[in-house]
Amino acid sequence: MTLEKSYFEYPHRSYGMDHDYYDWSMLVDRKPVEWPGGKQLALWVNVALQFFPLNQRGKPFPPPGGMSTAYPDLRHFTLREYGNRVGVFRVLSALDQFKVKGSFAISSRLAERYPYLVRRIVDRGDEILCHGWNMDTPHYGGQDKQEEAEIIARSLKVLRDVTGQRVTGWISPGKSQSLHTPELLVSNGINYMCDWVNDDMPFQFRTPAGDITAMPLSTELEDRFIILNNLHSETEYADQIIDAFDYLYAEAAEQGGRLLALNVHPWMLGQPHRIGKLELVLQHVMSHQGVWSAAAGDIRAAWLDAQ
Amino acid sequence: MKEDPGLYDYWPYENRPEITWPNGARVAFWVAPNIEFYELDPAVNPHRKAWPKPVPDVSGYATRDYGNRVGHMRLMRLLDKYGVRGSISLSTALCEHHPEIIAMCKERDWEFFSHGIYNTRYTYGMDEAQEKAMIEDAVETILKHTGQKCAGYLAPALTHTEVTMDLFAEAGGIYTCDLFHDDQPTPVQVRSGSKFVSVPYSLEMNDTIVYVVNRIEPRRYGDMIKANFDRLYAEGADNGVVMCIPLHGYQVSHPHRLRAFEEALEYITGHPDVWVTTGREIAEYYIDHHYDAAVADIAAKGRQS
Repeated sequence: MTLEKSYFEYPHRSYGMDHDYYDWSMLVDRKPVEWPGGKQLALWVNVALQFFPLNQRGKPFPPPGGMSTAYPDLRHFTLREYGNRVGVFRVLSALDQFKVKGSFAISSRLAERYPYLVRRIVDRGDEILCHGWNMDTPHYGGQDKQEEAEIIARSLKVLRDVTGQRVTGWISPGKSQSLHTPELLVSNGINYMCDWVNDDMPFQFRTPAGDITAMPLSTELEDRFIILNNLHSETEYADQIIDAFDYLYAEAAEQGGRLLALNVHPWMLGQPHRIGKLELVLQHVMSHQGVWSAAAGDIRAAWLDAQ
Repeated sequence: MKEDPGLYDYWPYENRPEITWPNGARVAFWVAPNIEFYELDPAVNPHRKAWPKPVPDVSGYATRDYGNRVGHMRLMRLLDKYGVRGSISLSTALCEHHPEIIAMCKERDWEFFSHGIYNTRYTYGMDEAQEKAMIEDAVETILKHTGQKCAGYLAPALTHTEVTMDLFAEAGGIYTCDLFHDDQPTPVQVRSGSKFVSVPYSLEMNDTIVYVVNRIEPRRYGDMIKANFDRLYAEGADNGVVMCIPLHGYQVSHPHRLRAFEEALEYITGHPDVWVTTGREIAEYYIDHHYDAAVADIAAKGRQS
């Protein structure tokens, strides 16, 4: 056997990254950040309100948490619907109980289908991010750029119309992107995206249409990832988040402001046997004086100010 | 293809010649941080896909990049605290991409060994000349950027050919981390006949295998490490053993994992009679003091047929 000669050519083997999206930078080398009010840790709770269509195409890949039986997969469809009907209200109560400011990433198709829920979030004065058209409309490498541009424009138009908010934040379904996604987001008035989980702090990302901020929304600390992907218990979920908080809080005291980014799915943590663990986590975090609970857009703005 | 890799003979764990370590230690303990570079859009190997999703696989790429931006520095602070020098399994192109990380490792007198050029370039499908050139490139890169003569090898992404060990030994290497057949170093047969050994590098203790493949909780990983150590420490009173913890800055260094790991590291390094060392030092000591006795014992116990 022999490989092509090109397999031994390394066109990007030089200083920095192997692409132009962002600069190479180590967290320890960056200017320390102080959050508003002299706080050391910013708590960002993202509540994902997602629509998984029953007629999932799964092309070119199915979304995490999507339909998995033969059609019609009533089981997974209704389990996900549970989050938007029941679970979300438990999550809202938990946020309010501990005075936590949530941010809400909403599938635009969900906003169209359930105006009551959107109105509820808007009336709370909470920030809404766009979570793509629906969970079965992925952005992916090789996608036609015009097609993707149309999806992004439509998703934002619908969500902006329904919510009346500017909507400047974005999370792709499954955090999947094409090579064009960041550029198309900038062209559509988005100024931060949450798909790149390569840091514990925000960082600037370049596109041909201008810069966009990458706000790392940790996958490792996500309820879905810990409980559904890793099959860890509810107790272990709480242990891991509390361990993460304690670590970041201590690191922030030495090295400057840190960000604890928790992605919460009401269809997961909104179940009666799990909601108590979210409450336990929020109680632990909010019992610390140095915590700043804020919306994602406000955290981004404070971070930019500190640069 | 062969029934058996032909790298070592069967050699029962009981009644082996005694291994002694410096200062009467029972366990030679080493920690191997993998410092890796994964490419966003690597050249395609027809035998293995680099990423499950079409380029850009944002989740996969960003997950690895976290180690370089955030993780290694946390691990360095922790290993410094417990007096552990890392033995780095290095994607050698990282010397060019991220020299700042290499400088921090050099300041700590850590060992660098080869883990290929990139962890997205696989050995599968290479002919012998190609693999030889790749191995030599990695060895030369380490020498050029660190001043160290590369002693050890962990194949990139654990992809091998039948001649990987032969080629690495001929490039001047003395040990491999690619074999998981034993808790002690063992001689490895290479065609040049040079003294070449396997230094145990436990996949069972490897954080990626633990967290990702086996989906183990962070605190349970700490418990597993302690249990692994306790048994090896007991057995090491009679015959010296090796314990290795292979790590990744993009796994163990996450904030929800590092404290539980630290407890295990504190536990191990809090014991007397533990030789906290590096892969190269274990290999060299073994070759100098125990290799010949091992070869004779293996021969006396009969080769497998």
